[in-house]
Amino acid sequence: MTTPSSQQRLRDMMLVRRFEERCAELYGAGKIRGFLHLYIGEEAVAAGLLPALGPADTVVATYREHGHALLRGVPARAVMAEMFGRVSGCSRGRGGSMHLFDAERRMYGGWAIVAGHLPVAVGLALADRTLGRPQVTACFFGDGAVAEGAFHEAMNLAALWQLPVLFVCENNLYAMGTALERYQAQPDLVLRARGYGVDAASVDGMDVEVVAAAARDAVERVRAGKPFLLECRTYRFRAHSMFDAELYRGSDEVARWKQRDPIALLAGRLRTRGQLDDAALAALEQDVAREVEDAVSFADASALEPIEELTRHVMAEVAP
Amino acid sequence: MSRTTYREALRAALAEALERDPRVILMGEDVAAYGGAYAVSKGLAERFGRDRVRDTPLSEGGFVGAGIGAALGGLRPIVEIMTVNFSLLALDQIINNAATARHMSGGQLGVPVVIRMATGAGRQLAAQHSHSLEGYYAHVPGLRVVAPATLEDARGMLATALRSPDPVIIFEHVGLYNLEGELADDAGAVDLDRAAVRRPGRDVTLITSGGSLGKVLTAAEQLAARDVEAEVIDLRTLRPLDDATVMASVRRTRRAVVIDEGWRTGGFAGEVVARIAEQAFYELDAPVARVCSAEVPIPYPQHLEQAALPQVEGVVRAAMQAVGRG
Ligand SMILES: Cc1ncc(C[n+]2csc(CCOP(=O)(O)OP(=O)(O)O)c2C)c(N)n1
Ligand SMILES: [Mg+2]
Repeated sequence: MTTPSSQQRLRDMMLVRRFEERCAELYGAGKIRGFLHLYIGEEAVAAGLLPALGPADTVVATYREHGHALLRGVPARAVMAEMFGRVSGCSRGRGGSMHLFDAERRMYGGWAIVAGHLPVAVGLALADRTLGRPQVTACFFGDGAVAEGAFHEAMNLAALWQLPVLFVCENNLYAMGTALERYQAQPDLVLRARGYGVDAASVDGMDVEVVAAAARDAVERVRAGKPFLLECRTYRFRAHSMFDAELYRGSDEVARWKQRDPIALLAGRLRTRGQLDDAALAALEQDVAREVEDAVSFADASALEPIEELTRHVMAEVAP
Repeated sequence: MSRTTYREALRAALAEALERDPRVILMGEDVAAYGGAYAVSKGLAERFGRDRVRDTPLSEGGFVGAGIGAALGGLRPIVEIMTVNFSLLALDQIINNAATARHMSGGQLGVPVVIRMATGAGRQLAAQHSHSLEGYYAHVPGLRVVAPATLEDARGMLATALRSPDPVIIFEHVGLYNLEGELADDAGAVDLDRAAVRRPGRDVTLITSGGSLGKVLTAAEQLAARDVEAEVIDLRTLRPLDDATVMASVRRTRRAVVIDEGWRTGGFAGEVVARIAEQAFYELDAPVARVCSAEVPIPYPQHLEQAALPQVEGVVRAAMQAVGRG
């Protein structure tokens, strides 16, 4: 595994941003339906974290996982086709936005019951440990998940059995419309992990270089055989989903966070270092736009699964 | 009469309950600052304060359990679980605690809690957000389970539920929140005991509830155009079931179709069919049919989701078969 250049990380974040901006438009056009949770504003977390993993490591994420899937290497075409509900989608269109799976790339979802996937991540790590594989499992979840019993049970199990799970808390300060300090008696989330004997750190999740450095360190510790929790302090710029009237926060707060836009932050830094100029940025923009438009065309031209196949993929089709 | 929606009728019922009885509180995820995931409780926190309209953490087992405790302690809590899908995290509290406290205390304790939740599919929310699990709850002695399908019931079931000394689960189908119509200005409490005949007919009885009622009424109209007069029964209360209304109808029409958005196998519709077989077998002229969801987790794409759910055409087909013209 090679560490990506800062330019590559910039491109990663721009790809996710562009992809999701297109998704929002396509939602308006009725091409994408159901729930659509945008990651816009939080890209530095996935862009900092995912390159720290190797191809055999496992990723488990939430319903806000377009960025994780894309940066895990699931082709933009397959992700977009999934959003369109087409059979060429990474989950054959069955899952949609919230359930992106790609077993080959060890992108193990895409789960939409808050915190329900944390114990599953513990189990994946248990399998690795038991079978003597040196892999780690990276499990992404929101701050809201920390209130669920499943979080606490997963922490204890991972610590008790010393399993190689990297828990990544994407703390965007809100669980839907409820602010962290309104639902957590102890809003310092790393204390929760430490209370169970899981080492933890908290970093600025808007700064991709900070996340990347913390991720490298965390993955190393986990691979050595201990669970770790990395809290990334971040912010979602958009509504919780497409149905949210955002009554619970002021536009001034959103505007303040937008000043720390992870893409602008890195781009500005690269400019200062003389590693990026207008032309290079424009070229990157064109490049990701091309990739996204290609994905949209592919999705739009893809077939729907025939209705006769409705009850497929419920049980294994080849008897064991 | 005033023009209103199912959502507004629910909100009016909540406001009235909070107004009337200081022991009533509403709690759940995003009921206050966000205004409710389906905007049912919008404005209530501003009106009644954050103590009585209380946002909870994402802790379904915790706050449903707390609702049960608060009911034991003398409050009249209304607990909103965002959707039935997440109620599975609170199933333990509901089934092991709420439903049993009266019995295992030999009748000393009662749990007058009202638990509301959205249910059902049809909005392309995929496998984890589209369950119809009313049957799980209807299985359990100690609970009363209701499913308002009309504006009157959306407005009136809550008040009666709050007067119940025992736990009541209210299922609000996600497809109904925007249902619009006229509601009497003095609409109020309704009974939670009787099924309702929503359309009289003599040829076949169509039995349903909640979110499927609209589809079944449409099917009845299409059947009428083909000279089949279907009687439509809205069960309203899934536990305890009003057998009398169902059997009286089936004895007249001699044919029945049960329509339920839950899965067929081991589902709620099977219970209704079994009761008809037990109580009206010799009066039947045709096998009782079921129209249920296909045996598949609900898929995301619209065409597959719609194919998985009970539809008007399927109801018409089953009814035509029941009357021997299928
Ligand atoms: C068990 C459960 N309860 C409620 C929901 C509804 N819901 C979906 S996302 C969400 C907020 C989760 O917040 P957080 O974990 O902070 O993640 P974020 O959406 O902020 O990324 C809620 C309440 C759910 N999906 N699962
Ligand atoms: Mg959050």
